[in-house]
This record gives sequence, C-alpha cells and structure tokens, in this order.
Amino acid sequence: MDSASAPFDSALFPEGTKRCQFKWFLFWVAVLHGPLMIGVIAALMCWGLALNVTYLNNNYPFGLWIAADLGIIALGAGAFFTGFLRYIVNIEELKNIVNYAVVIGVICYATAQGILGVDIGQPLRGWFIFWHANVHSMLTEVAFCITCYFMVLCIEYFPLILENRQINRLGFFHGMAHHLHEAMPTIAAIGVFLSFFHQGSLGGVPGVLYGRPFAFREGFLVWPWTFFLFVLSAIACGPCFTILITWITEKCAGKRLVKRNVIDILAKISGRLLVVYLILKTLDTVYWVAIAGKVGAPFSSFYANQPYGYWVLITELGIFGVIPALILLSAKARQIENVLIIACILNCAGIFMNRWIMTVQSLAVPVMSFDKFVSYHPNWVEYASTFMFVWAGAIVIMLSYRYLPIFPQEKELNPL
Amino acid sequence: MKEVHHEAEEHHGAHKKTYKYGMVVDLDKCTGCGACMVACMAENNLPFRKDNSDRVRSQLWMRVYKISNGRPFPDTDISYIPRPCQHCEGSGHHHTPCVSVCPATATDYSHETGIVSQVYTRCFGCRYCMAACPYHVRVFNWWDPTWPKGMEKYLNPDVSVRMRGVVEKCSFCYHRYQRAKNKAYAEGRRELHEDEYQTACTQACPAGAITFGDLNNPEHKVHKLKKSRYAFRLLEKLGTNPKVYYVSTRDWVRKAGKAYAGEEAKGVTHVTHA
Repeated sequence: MDSASAPFDSALFPEGTKRCQFKWFLFWVAVLHGPLMIGVIAALMCWGLALNVTYLNNNYPFGLWIAADLGIIALGAGAFFTGFLRYIVNIEELKNIVNYAVVIGVICYATAQGILGVDIGQPLRGWFIFWHANVHSMLTEVAFCITCYFMVLCIEYFPLILENRQINRLGFFHGMAHHLHEAMPTIAAIGVFLSFFHQGSLGGVPGVLYGRPFAFREGFLVWPWTFFLFVLSAIACGPCFTILITWITEKCAGKRLVKRNVIDILAKISGRLLVVYLILKTLDTVYWVAIAGKVGAPFSSFYANQPYGYWVLITELGIFGVIPALILLSAKARQIENVLIIACILNCAGIFMNRWIMTVQSLAVPVMSFDKFVSYHPNWVEYASTFMFVWAGAIVIMLSYRYLPIFPQEKELNPL
Repeated sequence: MKEVHHEAEEHHGAHKKTYKYGMVVDLDKCTGCGACMVACMAENNLPFRKDNSDRVRSQLWMRVYKISNGRPFPDTDISYIPRPCQHCEGSGHHHTPCVSVCPATATDYSHETGIVSQVYTRCFGCRYCMAACPYHVRVFNWWDPTWPKGMEKYLNPDVSVRMRGVVEKCSFCYHRYQRAKNKAYAEGRRELHEDEYQTACTQACPAGAITFGDLNNPEHKVHKLKKSRYAFRLLEKLGTNPKVYYVSTRDWVRKAGKAYAGEEAKGVTHVTHA
C-alpha cells in the first residue's frame, strides 16, 4: 500500500488488508449515530416517562420487543452452531467464518439483553430475576443461560481483539490470544450446552401457557414441544443469518471476504435442518389442531380475527419455510448468489414471523367467549428502541472489520 | 368461639388448617351498577387518570363485563359478569398459570388461604404473568400512580401504592384477612368468623350478588352456593381451577362463561362496561 495515501490508522488494520479512508469510516459511523440517537431518546423516554409511551397495553403485555428478542436470539444461533460445527464436528473450512459468526452472535445477544432492559421498563430491578429466581419459570432458565452464554461469547470475541495487529505485538496479549484459541473447543462446547437450553427455554416461554390454547403445547417431561422446535428452528436459520450479514458486509466493503465453498457448507446444513424443522413443525401443527378442541377451542377461532387470518400459517410454513428449504437443498440454486440470499432472507423472516406468532398472536387470540379482539401494532418508540441496537451492532461490525482479523481468507481473496 | 368443623386440608402434613377463600357471584342478581369496581378502587388505592376510558390500559382489579345473547328483540337478554382475579389453584400437573411463570417469584400461591398474591416490590415488570392469565385480571402500571390533589390523604393506609413498571391484581383484599387475623389472635382465637373477613366488592354490592368465604367450610355460604346446579366457573376446561364461581339460571350465560372464544358461544356479543 502506498504509505502516502494510506489512512492514518492503517497501522491498526489486519496484516495485508486494505480499508477505506478514515474520513469515510467516520462519516458512516456518524450517519449511523443518527437513528441510534433516536433510539436512545426512545429508550430514555421508556425509562423516564414509563411504558405508556409505547402502544403496549394490558391485552398485549408482549409486543415488538419480546418478538424481536426471541427472533434476534434465534438469528444469533449462528454463533454457537457454527462453533459447534467448527470445533466439535470439526469442519475445517468453517474456521474462515466462525470469527464473524461470533461477532454477529455477540451483537445479537447484546441486542436481546438491551431490548429486555428497555422492555421491562425497570432495568434497575433486572437482577431480581437472579436473586429471587423461580426455578419453575422458563424465563428464569432463559435469563440464566443467556447471561452465561453472553459471557461465553465475549470470551470468544476477546481473542479477536487481542489479535489486532498492534495489540498482538505485545507478548503477553499474543500469548493470551493463543491460549484462548487453544481453549476454544471447550468454550464452544459450553456455548453449545447453554445455547441449547436457552433457545429451548424461549420456546417454552409460550409453550407452557396452558391458559392460552393458541400457544400451549404438550411435550416431553417439563418441556413443551415448542422447546425442541425453537432449538431446531434457531440452528436452521442462524447459519442463514450469518451468510446474510456476511453478504451485506461484502457488499459494503466491495470485495469478497469468504470463499463460496464455506458459504455453501453453511447453506447446505441450514437447508437440511430447515427441512427437518418443517416436518416436525407440520406434525406439531396437526397435533395442535387436533388437541385444541379438547379445551373447546375451535381451530377456526385461532384465525378468526384479522390481521391474523389463515394467511399467517400459510406464509410462515410455506413462503418462509418450504421455499427457502427447497432453495437451500438444491446445490444448483445455492450457487446462484442472489437466489441464495433470497432464501436466507426468507428463512430469517420466517423465524421472526414464528416468534411474533408465538408471542404476540398468542395474546391477540381472545380466550374468554366475551373477550374482544384488540389490535396492536408497535409505535415509533418501540421501533426506534429496537432498531437502536441494530445500528449499534452495525458500528461494532464496522469497527471489528476495520481493525480485527475476522476474515482469514480476505488477504487471499483480495491480494494488494 | 364455636369450633368450626370443615373440610380443612392439611398443609404439608403439619397441624395447620388451610382455607380456600373464594367467591360466588350470582349473575342473575348483578345489575351492573359498578359499585364493586368503585369499592375495589377505593379500598386498594387504584390510581386513575382524568380520561380513564382507555380500558386496555386502566387499572381495574375488578372489571364488570356486559354480555348479550346477541338475539333480536324481543328475545334480547343481557348479563353482567363481575370479574376479579380468579385465584386459580391449578389442577393435575398444572400450577396456577401466573405463579409458575413468574421468573422472580413475585407472585405466589398461598396454601394457607388459597389466595394468589402479588409482591409489588419484587416484580420487575416482565409481564409474563399477564401473558399467562387467560382472564386479563393482571394489569400493568403504565404510569406512575397519581391522585387529584388532596385525595392522597384518603388512601387506604393498609394497602401499599404501586409504582410504575410493576404488575398488580386483585388480592381478595388480603389486608382485610391480615387485619381480621390479627384481631382474632388478639382475642385468643385461631379461626375467623365468616363475616370477619369480607372483600370490599362483596360488601359494596347493593344487590348482594357477591358472596365471599371459605369454600371448604360447610358453615360458610359459598360452600353451599358453589354446589348449585347453576354454578360454573370461567373457562373451566382449561384446567385453571379458579376459586371464583358464578351462578346463573340462564343457560346461555353459563355457556358463555364456561366456553372458550369461538363456536361454542356463538352469538354471544359483549360490551365492555364502564
């Protein structure tokens, strides 16, 4: 690189890589701070003026925040599942994307916890969930596992920071990064264990609500079937989200960062898992329809109120399920980048839709015969405070991409 | 005091009598006047706003629903359904819907009284309990509680006011139970008379539609009333096992109360009552 035109912070870039001028980097970071600040204002309104500034109400104690929380955690499953495939199943090629999966995972889990901090409206009381823990509550299991797993993700992210070109020159940090890498299979195994339980427990959150026949599912021991479906759907869509974010990063950077064969492995695994999930989800749906009548809840009543008509079921399982599954199963389709990306978008949208259905629609369906259907849609405060974390995450990605060696194949794919 | 014999349940094998406080509401007597709601609000320091018409956000522990059989004149019929917390006991392998889900043990089922409590100082506002309750009895404090100037002097000193961000619900006026119990203990008694512990809504009902007492105690009126052939509970099929019973001689009212929203209660329309 010509040192005269090199950005002044080029000494911090990963070895043999090229980055944009610092002013452009700063410009885009500043641009992202715009919506980020709107989100900060929204969050401060929630904490300062109480949750009446949202459109949540006593009929909809769960809204966009909870649905987004469950969705973002499912999307973040790419981190633990890629780690599982790389360090435990030992798929060597995935070492080229596992770092980025970890970065995405850290952002997703930080986002989930941040959203919850706004959602409860009383973040200073958040520790009660640990101090007065009710071991029978699925949410307790979720809180413990998510917190522990977030720590695991931070430990996985930490060596990437230590591998910054300048930090790594210091012997102590170099050694620490090396030893952390050595310990990574163990850390990944802990991550897999914790993730399995919190992904499942998130499924248990609606699944145990026996007062809400729309959400309630029978199951195995203390775990409703949604426990297992949530785990499966998370690992079926997590890799697709990793592919999607990698693709967006490549478009923004204007260069290839990961070889196609690596992406293809993730896409193929995702497709197969999605098929298994769809089969089990269909069986679950059929069984659910059959047992709903036991409590006198006609299946038709679940979809009697617009906008929650039958189209919801068809869209979730068909458009956001079968279509991406077929694309991801086909080797030919996976090779066409745009088609692959469409499949990833549909898969990720399906997860969000499923989480919305299991939380918000569950509350929308009237239970008492004289109950009235009340509609809900989020307001700007809810949107802004949710997307705030997306913008913050984008800044973390920009910083990580600029200064940390997260793409081992970048140098090979983009020789200077 | 006369020894009270009743179907007391033994709690954890200890020599401690347990009660099952509950309510029987005669819907054929209820006129929908709303006195129970007002009494509840005054007794339990429930806040209100200048415009309290937004029902999905107002603080109502007792809510009266107005339902109609949906038939044209002259067959039109209406009924009012006062709905406090149902204090579900749960059944089979199901616990009380809200108690089992609360992650911070901020709501609990008392095996001594059968009352589902809410610990306001422990609730951190996740609202999972609200999602679990099919009766919409739980309300969230969307605002900080405020009262018109001077009215704070009339607040009930036995009931703590709740801050914004926590969930609250009907407690069967538990403070009255505590007060009655204290009085009984001071008088060297361990048992409460039926009239010593009554909820505010029960006492306020001008039609005498609400009866309150120990469902296990044959000497309490509720024990007999709940056995009426016209008695039913809301959403019985769900297995929540509520301790609030309703009585109506009208078939369509019983059907509407027991049924799940959908075909079974087809024709039942409702108007949310103020």
